[in-house]
Amino acid sequence: MSDINFKDVLLKPIFKGNPVTVLVLGICSSLAVTVQMKGACVMALSVIVVTGLSSFVASILRNTIPNRIRIIVQLVVVSLMVILVDQFLKAYAYSVSKTLSVYVGLIITNCIVMGRIEAFALGNKPIPSLLDGLANGAGYGLILVVVAFFREILGSGTLFGMRIIPESFYAAGYMDNGLIILPPMALILLGIIVWIQRSIQKDLQEK
Amino acid sequence: MEYISLFVKSIFVDNMIFAYFLGMCSYLAVSKNVKTATGLGVAVVFVLLVTLPINYLLNEYVLKAGALSWMGEKFASIDLSFLSFIVFIAVVAAITQIVEMVVEKFAPTLYSQLGIFLPLIAVNCAILGGSLFMQERDFVNVGEATVYALGSGLGWFLAIVTLAAIREKLSYSNVPAPLRGLGITFITVGLMAISFMTFMGIQL
Repeated sequence: MSDINFKDVLLKPIFKGNPVTVLVLGICSSLAVTVQMKGACVMALSVIVVTGLSSFVASILRNTIPNRIRIIVQLVVVSLMVILVDQFLKAYAYSVSKTLSVYVGLIITNCIVMGRIEAFALGNKPIPSLLDGLANGAGYGLILVVVAFFREILGSGTLFGMRIIPESFYAAGYMDNGLIILPPMALILLGIIVWIQRSIQKDLQEK
Repeated sequence: MEYISLFVKSIFVDNMIFAYFLGMCSYLAVSKNVKTATGLGVAVVFVLLVTLPINYLLNEYVLKAGALSWMGEKFASIDLSFLSFIVFIAVVAAITQIVEMVVEKFAPTLYSQLGIFLPLIAVNCAILGGSLFMQERDFVNVGEATVYALGSGLGWFLAIVTLAAIREKLSYSNVPAPLRGLGITFITVGLMAISFMTFMGIQL
């Protein structure tokens, strides 16, 4: 396992093997937090930290975990990381941690974390696992930020809480799209992202 | 009366899938045909129904700020709520394991039908999400927590069976190639969620 291509490990999860749109992992939490850019960015960073660190730790432990109870051991490792992130957010970004509410805790059951541990960290050395975890977190974060970008700019005309669409537009009759803030539109936006990605990468299309 | 209201609300208004997107991974992966979807749905209802009351009691008597006061004066000031994630997930994982063994022993046919889905439930966000929402909402007694568990489990069951039925029909239609599979499923779920929004604001 020494001939791992680091560039591949880092770049593949961002676009070609994106965990959300290609592997269908981690949709659970990705949609509810994408109403605003701020929440989405914080969530993306938390997931990057958690996937990276827990892949790293799981990879260190990989030779000592008995196979039968590995899921429970992995869950404990992951929830430890999530508790760290949650306490950190509560201490330094209390308002954001309130808006994210239960979704920070739900990173534990985010399939990306468990999926990467199962698929990569258990068979590889700690450093590549750390990179793989970080890259997959970043791929997930990218989708989150893209969805949040469209939802915030179309839904409330702002980015990070700052007004982007000028007042004169509203005076001329432009209106915010209230529907896009509601949960269902996140799913439809994600569907459109998948559509665009698969039109570009023909090999991903299903029959 | 509050129980009925909570029950209906947790099925339709606060639907796990359409309002909170919980348990999406297995929802999308296992909804290709109605039969397996039903199996997974039943398993989720069952595990939710067992874990939520247990987690409620743990939260009430062990984890919450001041929850340990039944052990004596000295313990009244202890706040263990930062441990709740790890305790909840441990309970969920343990219960899934026990449920798996019990079902294997006493209902082998059901066991072979559910197959791989039973162990996978441990990492289903809907289960842990249920516990975390329960903690956030401060239910007054175990009864409410149980009713909430049953309602949200049934809501999840309803959602996965409907989606599976739609996808079975969808496999006969001519969808644009890049949209096939995942893309059209997302859009279908989105449209279903819009229709579920009509339940919003219902008061019982």
